[in-house]
Amino acid sequence: MSFLRKSVHLLGAVARRQQPQQVIRGAISTAARDFSSELPSDYANFPGAKAPFVSKLKLIHPEDYAPIPIYRVMDRDGYIADESQDPQLSREVVEKMFRDMVLLNTMDKILYESQRQGRISFYMTNFGEEASHIGSAAALEMRDLIYGQYREAGVLVWRGFRIDQFIDQCYGNVDDLGRGKQMPVHYGSRELNFVTISSPLSTQMPQAVGAAYAMKLRPENDACVVCYFGEGAASEGDAHAAFNFAATLGCPVILFCRNNGFAISTPSHEQYRGDGIAGRGPMGYGIATIRVDGTDVFAVYNAMKMAREYTLRENKPVVFEALAYRVGHHSTSDDSTAYRPAEEIEVWNSVEHPISKLKRYMVHKGWFDEDAENEFVKDVRKKVLKQIAVSEKKLKPNWREMFEDVYAEMPDHLVAQQKELEKHIEAHKEHYPLKNFKQ
Amino acid sequence: MIVSQVAGRFFTSMRSIRRSQVLIRSHFTYYPSSLGTGKKMNMFNAINNAMDLALSDDKSTLLFGEDVGFGGVFRCSINLRDKYGSHRVFNSPLCEQGIAGFAIGVANTGATAIAEIQFADYIFPSFDQIVNEAAKFRYRSGGLFDCGSLTFRVPCGAVGHGALYHSQSPESYFAHTPGLRVVIPRGPIKAKGLLLACVRDPNPCIVFEPKTLYRAAVEEVPTEYYTSELGKADILRVGKDVTLIGWGTQVHVLLEVAELAKIHLNVDCEVIDLVSILPWDTTLICTSAQKTGKVIIAHEAPFTQGFGSELASYIQEKCFFHLEAPVKRVTGWDTPFPHVFEPFYLPDKHRCLSAIQEIVNF
Repeated sequence: MSFLRKSVHLLGAVARRQQPQQVIRGAISTAARDFSSELPSDYANFPGAKAPFVSKLKLIHPEDYAPIPIYRVMDRDGYIADESQDPQLSREVVEKMFRDMVLLNTMDKILYESQRQGRISFYMTNFGEEASHIGSAAALEMRDLIYGQYREAGVLVWRGFRIDQFIDQCYGNVDDLGRGKQMPVHYGSRELNFVTISSPLSTQMPQAVGAAYAMKLRPENDACVVCYFGEGAASEGDAHAAFNFAATLGCPVILFCRNNGFAISTPSHEQYRGDGIAGRGPMGYGIATIRVDGTDVFAVYNAMKMAREYTLRENKPVVFEALAYRVGHHSTSDDSTAYRPAEEIEVWNSVEHPISKLKRYMVHKGWFDEDAENEFVKDVRKKVLKQIAVSEKKLKPNWREMFEDVYAEMPDHLVAQQKELEKHIEAHKEHYPLKNFKQ
Repeated sequence: MIVSQVAGRFFTSMRSIRRSQVLIRSHFTYYPSSLGTGKKMNMFNAINNAMDLALSDDKSTLLFGEDVGFGGVFRCSINLRDKYGSHRVFNSPLCEQGIAGFAIGVANTGATAIAEIQFADYIFPSFDQIVNEAAKFRYRSGGLFDCGSLTFRVPCGAVGHGALYHSQSPESYFAHTPGLRVVIPRGPIKAKGLLLACVRDPNPCIVFEPKTLYRAAVEEVPTEYYTSELGKADILRVGKDVTLIGWGTQVHVLLEVAELAKIHLNVDCEVIDLVSILPWDTTLICTSAQKTGKVIIAHEAPFTQGFGSELASYIQEKCFFHLEAPVKRVTGWDTPFPHVFEPFYLPDKHRCLSAIQEIVNF
C-alpha cells in the first residue's frame, strides 16, 4: 500500500470521526464499526509522534537502515570523480588551502618536538585532519562565529591567526591574548570570531546553539555559528542537549563532528553502536545531515557551502560529520602505539593523508611547484623556530593579572587577596620566579 | 456502638484537621520590608514585573527554561510570552545542562539571557556549565569573551512538603566558584531589585528565589525600574547583644526570634539579611560582629560546609578579639531534606531561640 493511499484513508477517517457530533442519533454503531475496520491503515493521533498504525509486531533494527554515505569529490589520487562536483576554485584559493595545511602541519611538527624537549608544557597536533579545518573554514565568512574543541587550529590559520599568536599562547607570555591563563592550544580570538577554547568536552555545543539563536534574532542576520567537536565528545550529555535544542529552537548552527576514529585510546566502536554521529541527525533529532570524506578538502568545502546556505535560509541546524583519521598521538601526554598498530597509522599518514591528496590534485592541474613548496616549508620552519626563540624569552604577564577578569571588576575580597600576596612576595621574593614575569 | 461510631468519626475528623494543619503549616511569619510605596505584589508578581521591565528595557533580552512559555510552574513569567512574542519568551527542552549552555551562548553574543532552572534541586545537571564554563569564561579568555549578560533564576528552599528534590538550598556549592554572583532575596521588593541588578550586572549571576515566599510574601513594590545593590547585606533590626545572620526565608524566622528574645530573654538582637552569598558583604558582617561580640548564623542548608562555615571562620579570623562566645551555626542537619520530618529538620524559631539562650549564657 502506498503512502498516498494511506493518506486518503486517513482523511476519510478524520472526517468520520468528526461526523458523529452531527449525526449522533443512530449513527454511532456504524461509525464505530467503520472506525475499527479502518484502524490498521489509520494514522495515530498521539501528540508525541505522527505515524501510521501497523498490526504486525516488528522490532526496528539498526541494520534496517543503510548507513549514510560519505560524500567525496576527489579520490586518493587527486582526481575529481564527478566533474559537476568540482568547486572550480581558483588557483589562488587552492594554493592558500594547500599552504595553510602545510603551515599547520609544519608548525605542529616543531611545536610537538619543542614539547618533547620540555620547552612548552603541552601540545596537541592536527595531523590528518588539516583538510576538515581548511575546507570548512574556506566555505565560511569571517562574520560566522566559531566554537571549537581543541583540534581546529587550521580554522584559525585560514582566518589569519599568526604564527606568533599561536606560539605566544603556548608559552602564555605577555603577548598571549588569553593572558597566560590556560594550557597551550586553548586559542581564542575576538578579532577572528573564534571563541576561546576550553578543556571540558562538548560544553561549547549548547553554547554554540544559544549563540546561533541570539544571532538569528538580529535584524537581517547573515551569519551562522559553526561548532566543532570530536566523535568522542558527541557521547557527552551536552552533545545531546545541543542537537535537541538546535532542532527544537530552530538555530542556524552547523554541528561539525570530526570523526577521527579515536577518543584518546577509545576506538569509535567502543564510543557508539549507531551509524556514527551523522546517523543521529535525521531520525534522532530531525536535523538535516551530511557526511563527508574529511581527508578531501573539496568535499568538506562543498558540503560546508551547502550547509551554510541551508542553515541561514531555513534557520535550522545541520549535522556535519567529517570522517578522517587521527594520525598523531592524542596529545603530547599520549603514545598512541600503545593501542593501535603503527602500520595502520602509516597508511593514513601517506596515501590517505589530506595534504598528499590535494598535492596530487595540484600536480594534475600543473599548479604544484616542488621547489616553491620546499622553499615554503623551509620558510615556515624558520619562522616557527625563530618565533619559539622569541616567545620563550618574552616575559610572562604581571602575576597580579592572576586576579583580573575573574569578575568584570575586581571585588573587594580579591583586591584584599591580591594585596596579601603582594605583601608575601615582598617578604619572600627569593622563592618566586619573579624575573620571568612582567613587573 | 453508636457512641463508639461517633467517637470514631470525631477522631477521624480531628486527625484530618490535624493533618491539614500540618500541611498548611509554615515555619515562619512573614515580615514585610517597609520601604515600598507602590503596588501590592507577592513575590512572583514582583519577579514577573521585573522580567517585564527587563524585556521591554533591552530588546535583546530572552527568557527561557522549562515551562516558561505558559507562565511558569510558579507563575513568574505569566503573560510575558503574549507581550513579547514566543521568540523571546519560550520553552526549552527538558535539559538543565542544555538550558545553562544555551544561556551562555546567548550571552556570548552580548544578548541578555534570563534562564530559569525549575527547582534548585535540578540545577546539578548544569553544574558543569555553570562552574566550569559560565564562571570562568571571562578569566580564561583573558577578557576576550564573557557571558556576563546571563542570569539564572532558581526557585529554592523549604516549602513544607517538598522532600528531597523540591526543598534544597544549594547556594554553598556555588559560593565555592570564583566568577559567579549568587544572591537570595527575602521578599518581593528585594526580589525585583536583585533580579534587575543581576540582569544588568556584567557577571554571570544566580538568583535563588525561596519558593515558599512566591505567594506568602506580599509587599508594596514600586512599579518603576530600580535595582538593589549587589554584594551588600541589609540590617533589618538594630541590636547590641547578639548578631543574627540569615538569608531568604530564614531572615523572617530570625526577625521573629529577635522579638521573642527581647520578650522572653531581654536580649537585644541585630538581624542581618546577608542577601549576597558571593561576593558577600564582609564589612557589614564584621562591623556587627565586633559590636555585639556574639554571632549566630542560621540557614536551611546542611551544617557541614554550608555557607555558615565560611561566615563563621571569616568572623573568627577578623573579629577574634571582639568575640565573647564561639560563633554558633543553626542549620539543617547533615541529612538529605526529608518529607515527613521537615518540622524537625528546619532551623526553626525554637532552635534559633535556644541558640541565643546558649550564646548569651556562654
